Amino acid sequence: MDLMNPSALGIQAQNVKAWFGAKEVLHGLSLEVLPKHVVAIIGPSGCGKSTFIRCLNRMHEVVPGARMEGRILLDGEDVSQHDPVALRRRVGMVFQKPQPFPTMSIYDNVASGLKLNGLRSGPQMDQIVEESLHAAALWDEVKDTLGKPGTSLSGGQQQRLCIARALAVKPDVILMDEPCSALDPIATAKIEELIYALKKSYTIVIVTHNMHQAARVSDETAFFLMGELVEFGATSQIFTNPAHKKTEDYISGRFG
Amino acid sequence: MDRLFRALTFIFALAVLALAALIAFELYRNSVLSQKAFGWSFLTRQIWDPVEEDFGALTFIYGTLITSALALLLAVPVGIGVAIFLAELAPKPMSEVCAFLIELLAAIPSVIYGLIGIFVIVPIMRVQVQPFLIKHLGFLPLFKGPAYGIGLLTAALVLAIMIVPFITTITREVLMSVPREQKEAAMALGATRWEVVRMAMLPYARSGIAGSVFLALGRALGETMAVTMVIGNSTHIQASLLAPGYTMAAVLANEFAEADSELYTHTLIEVGLALFVITIIVNGIARLILGRMKVAPVS
Amino acid sequence: MNTNASTRDVVNVAAFGVTALCAALTLGILFFILGYVLIHGIGALNWDFFTKLPKPVGENGGGMANAIVGTAKLVGLAGVFGLPIGILGGTYLAEYGRGRFSFFVRYAADVINGVPSIVVGIVAYTLVVMPVRHFSALAGSIALAMILIPISLRSTEEFLRLVPNAIRESALALGLPQWKVILFVVYPSALSGISTGALLSLSRVSGETAPLLFTAFGNRFWSSGLLNPIASLPVMIFTYSIAPYDDWHRQAWAAALVLLMLVLLANVGARLMLRRRTYT
Repeated sequence: MDLMNPSALGIQAQNVKAWFGAKEVLHGLSLEVLPKHVVAIIGPSGCGKSTFIRCLNRMHEVVPGARMEGRILLDGEDVSQHDPVALRRRVGMVFQKPQPFPTMSIYDNVASGLKLNGLRSGPQMDQIVEESLHAAALWDEVKDTLGKPGTSLSGGQQQRLCIARALAVKPDVILMDEPCSALDPIATAKIEELIYALKKSYTIVIVTHNMHQAARVSDETAFFLMGELVEFGATSQIFTNPAHKKTEDYISGRFG
Repeated sequence: MDRLFRALTFIFALAVLALAALIAFELYRNSVLSQKAFGWSFLTRQIWDPVEEDFGALTFIYGTLITSALALLLAVPVGIGVAIFLAELAPKPMSEVCAFLIELLAAIPSVIYGLIGIFVIVPIMRVQVQPFLIKHLGFLPLFKGPAYGIGLLTAALVLAIMIVPFITTITREVLMSVPREQKEAAMALGATRWEVVRMAMLPYARSGIAGSVFLALGRALGETMAVTMVIGNSTHIQASLLAPGYTMAAVLANEFAEADSELYTHTLIEVGLALFVITIIVNGIARLILGRMKVAPVS
Repeated sequence: MNTNASTRDVVNVAAFGVTALCAALTLGILFFILGYVLIHGIGALNWDFFTKLPKPVGENGGGMANAIVGTAKLVGLAGVFGLPIGILGGTYLAEYGRGRFSFFVRYAADVINGVPSIVVGIVAYTLVVMPVRHFSALAGSIALAMILIPISLRSTEEFLRLVPNAIRESALALGLPQWKVILFVVYPSALSGISTGALLSLSRVSGETAPLLFTAFGNRFWSSGLLNPIASLPVMIFTYSIAPYDDWHRQAWAAALVLLMLVLLANVGARLMLRRRTYT
């Protein structure tokens, strides 16, 4: 794996509030993700985890009627000053359900971001596709079938394909929104291994409702409850010695 | 670029809106001479005299309404019957295939219905159906007179065939969307299968059926070729359904290209305007009923 | 009690029997029409029909080559005028349209769709024929385009809506601008649906007669350019069938068969195209 990414950047949220229509779902959250760290966000359903990471690459505003306030700093720069499209090229995202583009081959899926951003096909593109598939631990399984439709893969493979697709545009930060929730345990284990490997070169924010997953893959963990950040700290500390009663209740399974 | 593409699609969407307005505006603007000359009485006078340029549209309005009403009378029970059969009795694959075939009936161009009308239905009407009606029901003014073959009843029959698909397609869909609990509640009362249809399904589906009937009516009112070819083109109102008549669409088809004076043309366009208004109202009612139910009509 | 139950069973069987009869009747009519047109049309079809011009009135023989080409030209032009409006307008409704404006556009499309085709013909007449004072292929194709627009608009919107939103989001998350997402990810996903809708709308207008009567009018010879009257199969069927000559009736059936085959092929083809692709 030689997909070293020297440019991995930190991302910082300052007093982020978000609304769907008139309903406020995030009530002023601040947290900082350091470069090449993995931050896990945990919390019960509806606590605003997904909304929060969708604020980080401004996908939140794609939803009709949704808006946000506060500042997101990517490497110290306010992202609201950026074009959202350019921002999303630097902050990649992997969704809950694998979403390979239905009309494209495996190769084209991985290359889609590059192609549509103007890179010509050629040896350079082949190389990036191969590297990305290697990095997503999928290369050995698909190297002989790159021309097949992306939708022909199994669910776990599709999700790794989507990770490769996100890696191909060389993002500075990768957001993962419950990437394993639609997968079986074996496929989940593979993705977890992959995240572990990726953190050498990438900054990753992962939303999960699976606390073991959070404990296994992350450096820091944030616990959200009803749109508030209850606690944020080193993963080892959160899971062994939480500072808040609510955090302790949640990780010991007392509610949700 | 993003804004450009959005603006482009917006302009084309706007064009659709503009087109609808344009249709209404053009019909109004190009019939003002007739509106001035005859006023509202245009709609209630029977005279149609291109030589003296004295016009009234009552014959056509009457013909349009009576043929459409008769067509509904024939098509509604059959259309609903087919829908019940397909929704309840036919096995699913067969139901799908039949529904497709019945939609094909709506895809056949109307001029081909006209052709079948002239060469198949008219002879049958003249030789068998109309003599039979005259013999047995001739005491009614509705069934008096010689058997021409062509006429209001024949036009209504052709129309009925053409609108059955509109009723069947939507009715079948709403019948199939009746919740299982509704049906099971009726079955639990010991209802036979037919009683389930009558008690639980038809009442549940009634607004969908009503919507489909209005949609079919909208089609029937505006149908041109098939009617023009079999209705007989007579500019007088006669009581008998066997007599030749005329509809608004048919008079446009026959006379528009030949209208030689400006007033004559404006008069015909006013007939078009009236037809436009009537169909908008009827279709509007249909959409109002169906819009609430999210059933896609055939187009 | 027992008799009651048995009367109810009789009613049950009888009622469903009647519905089955209705279905048999309706399908019977369909097959009768198809069969009748096939039998009468096949006997009348020959090579001349496709290659020759109509003979002068009173002479037997000749064909409808000009009307076949005319229909192709009218429908093709209608597609050129109408499909961009339908498809791009439909794109607006599906991808950007949520507010009042879209509601009115949809409503307008429904209104146009419900307007009798002969009334659409009048509007094409007042817009195109009246200013230049003669009938033309252009006027005919504009009339057909007006009929085609609402059909392709609504089908485009429908098929675009079938593309899961998650696909749009994952493309946006790759840092693609929305227009590229629509053009290169959403359109390809909906391609079979959109093209089927386009095909159906073309097949629908290819059978339209009424709006052509006083726009394209008709022509017993070849028509050149856009500004001359032009023959079409549906109008030929109409004029030939109401004329008193047997040879014309024969040719009307031949034309009906050709037209019917076109329409049926398009419909069955569309059906098969749609069945092939479904979303997971």
